[in-house]
Order: sequence, then C-alpha cells, then structure tokens
Amino acid sequence: MATKTIRVDYIARIEGEAALDLTIKDQRVTGARLKIFEPPRLFEALLRGRDYAEVPDITARICGICPIAYQMSSVQAMEDAFGVHVDGQLRELRRLIYLGEWIESHGLHIVMLHAPDFLGFQDGIQMAAVHGDAVRGGLALKKVGNALMTLLGGREIHPVNLRVGGFYRVPERRDFEPITEQLKQARDLAVGTLRWVAGFPFPDYERDYEFVALRHSSEYAIIGDRIVSNRGLDIAISAYDSEFEERHVSHSTSLQSVLKRRGSYLVGPMARYALNFDRLPADIQALAREAGLGPVCRNPFKSIIVRAIEVVYACDEALRIIAAYRKPDAPAVAVEPRASVGHGCTEAPRGMIYHRYEIAADGSVVTARIVPPTSQNQLSIEEDLCAVASTALDLPDDALRDKCEQTIRNYDPCISCSCHFLKLAVHRE
Amino acid sequence: MTRAAQARMLVIGIGNPDRGDDAIGPLIVRRLVGHVARDVAIIERSGDALALIDDWAGRDAVVLVDAAAPGDTPGQVHRLDLLGDNLQGEVSMSSTHAFGVAEAVGLARTLGLLPRHVVAFAIEGADFAPGAPVSPEVAAVADEVARRVEAELGRLAELLAGETTHA
Repeated sequence: MATKTIRVDYIARIEGEAALDLTIKDQRVTGARLKIFEPPRLFEALLRGRDYAEVPDITARICGICPIAYQMSSVQAMEDAFGVHVDGQLRELRRLIYLGEWIESHGLHIVMLHAPDFLGFQDGIQMAAVHGDAVRGGLALKKVGNALMTLLGGREIHPVNLRVGGFYRVPERRDFEPITEQLKQARDLAVGTLRWVAGFPFPDYERDYEFVALRHSSEYAIIGDRIVSNRGLDIAISAYDSEFEERHVSHSTSLQSVLKRRGSYLVGPMARYALNFDRLPADIQALAREAGLGPVCRNPFKSIIVRAIEVVYACDEALRIIAAYRKPDAPAVAVEPRASVGHGCTEAPRGMIYHRYEIAADGSVVTARIVPPTSQNQLSIEEDLCAVASTALDLPDDALRDKCEQTIRNYDPCISCSCHFLKLAVHRE
Repeated sequence: MTRAAQARMLVIGIGNPDRGDDAIGPLIVRRLVGHVARDVAIIERSGDALALIDDWAGRDAVVLVDAAAPGDTPGQVHRLDLLGDNLQGEVSMSSTHAFGVAEAVGLARTLGLLPRHVVAFAIEGADFAPGAPVSPEVAAVADEVARRVEAELGRLAELLAGETTHA
C-alpha cells in the first residue's frame, strides 16, 4: 500500500498559526487534521475574579481584527445576567460599530487574503501589480470600517468605548457628517468588489452543511434573538449548551465545537446568508442574484461573494442608521450586578461567537466560557479538506497543497481567537 | 526648511510595548518628542501595519523606527532607504501582526503610495516574548538611534527644500 503525506507547516494568509496534515492511502483521503499550535490564550481563566465591568475590555484583546464581536457578546451576556435591556439608539449604535468591523474585516479578507487564491497570485502585494484598483478599493473599505470603529469605539483596534449597558460616550449627530460621504463611496466600491469577485473562476464543489446562525425578527442578524439552523434548530441563546459541546482533540490547542446530535456545523457568512436571505433588502437580494447566487450558497469557495454582499449590506445599513440617528439622553442604561448567569451570542465577521458568564453577587466573574467561530468551524474545515482533496488527488503535491490552503482560507479562520492556525502535510500511502 | 517640507515629515515608532524588544521603536520616538521641529509629526503604531499606508498618505518623508528579527548582534542598528533597498533582502523587520512593515512597504510601492523618501532604522532584537523587558543591549542604543533620527530629519528637510526649490 502506498501512503503519501502532504504537509503544510505554516498556512499563509490567515490570522494566527496552524498546520495541516493530509493522509492519502491507496488514492483515497483517509485523514485531514487541522493542527492548531498557537498557544492557548487562557482568557477564560484570566477573567475569573475580575469585575464584570472589565470584561468587555479584556475580551476585546482576544482579537485585533474582530474585537467588537468579543466585546458585544460579553456585554450582551452581562446584560442578560443582570436583566438589563439596551435598545433604541444605543442598540443601533452597537449595530453600527459592529457593521464597521464587518466592513473592515471582510474588506481585508476579500481583497488581501482570499482573492489571490482565485487569480493565481502568491499574495495581495503581487496581485496589486495587476489588480491595483481592486486592492486600493479593498484598502479603502478597510479604512472606512476602521473609521466607524474609531468614531464609536475610541480607536480601531481594541476599542475602549463599549460598556455593559451601552457606551461611555455617544457621538453627536454632526460627528457622523464626514463618514457619511466616505460610506457612500465605500458602498460603490463594495458593489465594484462584489462584481469583481463574482467573475472569479470557482471550483465546482458543494457540500450539504448544517448552517448555524443567529436569527432576528426583522434584521439581518448581527445581534439576534435565536440560534437557528437549516435542520430545525431554533433555540434561545441561553439553550446553547443543550445543543452544542466543545471537545478536545489531541492535534489542536483549540477546542472543537460540535452539535451534540449531529456533529459538524458551519457558522459564518454562508450560514448567515442562507438562514437570513429573507432579511436582506430587495436591492441587496438583486445584487446577490446578479452575482450568480440564489438564496442559499453551498460552495465554500463562493463565500468570497457572500462576504462581498455583506459588505454592500453593511454600508447601506450603516448609512440608514446614521441618517436616523438621534443622540440618546444617556450613553448607557443603569446596571446593577447580581449573582446570576448570563449568555451572549453575536455574529462576528467569521461567524457566531458564544459567551457565558457566571457572576457573583459582588459583580465578579466566577466562571467564563467563550466559543469563537473558528472553534465551531474546525471540524467542518477538516471535512471540507477531505472532500476537496479527494477530488484533487491527481494534482501534484504543490498544487494539492495550494488547493487545501485555499479551502482553509474559505473560512477566513482566526486562529489566534480560537486558541484556543497553518502547516500542511500530505501523507500518501 | 520650506513650509511644505515642514508639514510633511512623519516619524513612526512601530512595535508592541509589551513584547520585549518589539518596544524599542515606540521607546525611541518618545525620546524625540520636543526635540524635533514642531511640525514633524511623531506617532506610534503597535497594530495593523497596513494602516501605515494611511498614516504616510500626503507626507513627503517618513522615518520608521522598528525592531528587527533576531540576528547575530542584538542592538545592531540598520539604516535602510526603503525606496532604494529591498527590505526583505536586507533585514526582516519584526512584526507580531498578519501584515508586517515589509508587506506594507511592498504594497505601497506596488500601488505607488510610498512617500518620496522613506527611511527606516531597524534595531536587531533578541527577545520578543510577551511581557518581557527590553534587552539591555537593545535599550543601550536608544539614545544613539534617537540622535540619528534627528539628523536624518534634518537631512530630509534639506532634501525636500532642495526639491521644492528646483521643482
């Protein structure tokens, strides 16, 4: 029997450090292991004993790309624990800063990290020599997203203005004047980016995923009420532990999350899109159809199109929120800590994040649990790798390695966040 | 100096203050505050290197101060003319981020977004561990590099003045 191993020791164009071992035996893929070797971050232990009010600023440090997702999930969990409701303009401002993070993160991933895979470039810098306008557009999108985060969060990386109950300071209506024009220009750039990526050559590959995402009664969910799937899951956020569990696998410092009854599932743009297409405005739906997508996309390589659709949506939604903005009377609602347990779940750019905190009567954290999107997608990535590699076994090892790396980048994985990312080895037997 | 030259120079100290020798860039530029012409901007960057392209937009001259990956001689200072030198072929400026300084310079060069003059001072580090102090050999060159950056700013100001005069 011939065994062949293809190894990628360090996967490029992802956030964090990981490796992949692919084993091929008698021309059949027998194993794909995503080996996350970034050291454990230990944030959950670090949070124990800290005051509840410190948690948003500590959890923001988990990721420089998506700090808002961590902050927002933690404040939502605290507010759930203390019976506090944040709505009206404060909730709209939270949605607005989150949209900034979507624009910034998606803009970077689409243009600098993912697009080179489809166009045969080693990286975004090499691609810039041929597709300069597209790269400038991506950088401009990232800049606008960052500007939104700076305006509302005080700074673009690890913002400091979010708190349990709302914000420390809220903007005046006139503060939005400069960014409104930038967002209008960004919207045009986003539509251009969508049309550009829709024309990429895509592998003919689909998989029947269980999509899991938040669902809201009227919005394209970023901050949602229910966790739903395309296989009947429809639960309150507080019921997360009844349906999902994290398990340790020896080849990864990141826990792998599974649905207790069905195993792997997919979170992120494709899941959000499939489960919330009806929540997108008609003109965004029309742009999606123009880009070749129906209401559901099962081709992970086309996730780049879905991200581009979400960027257009994010620009429109941000402009809508800004146009309707009225400065709230207070930057935050009052919060009174109590001994309790709270759950929070929001949609980071790369997928759903779940937080659970047990709080003591004095407001200190007793236990904390954080489930980032890359932990949830890890098993699905390994299953995609097996399936994609199985269709590409005739390729030379270098080409197969490239295909595997691209398969991983479809997920825009954030390894630093999950360490709780990549080197690739192919073992052919 | 011409007015345009006065308004268009930027010094950027790059690094994470909490990761050992990665802190040397910010530490050096802090020594320059109050010792350079009022209209030379000084900033620190510890996060996204791609943001450098926005930082230097509209500037005519930029001086970067950054730690470099460990070599044989911790504290050794390399002066690089980034428009003339191949950064990656010289010395690897260290970054804890997805995009490093070399990538930002390379991308800006490709897109035609580099200022007219970009000079980097790269200081070889020894220890980049989270929470570690700056190594003594690296800390020892901070004053010397600060003086060299001041001199560089003077040289760049004269260059820019000459370019304006002869434009």
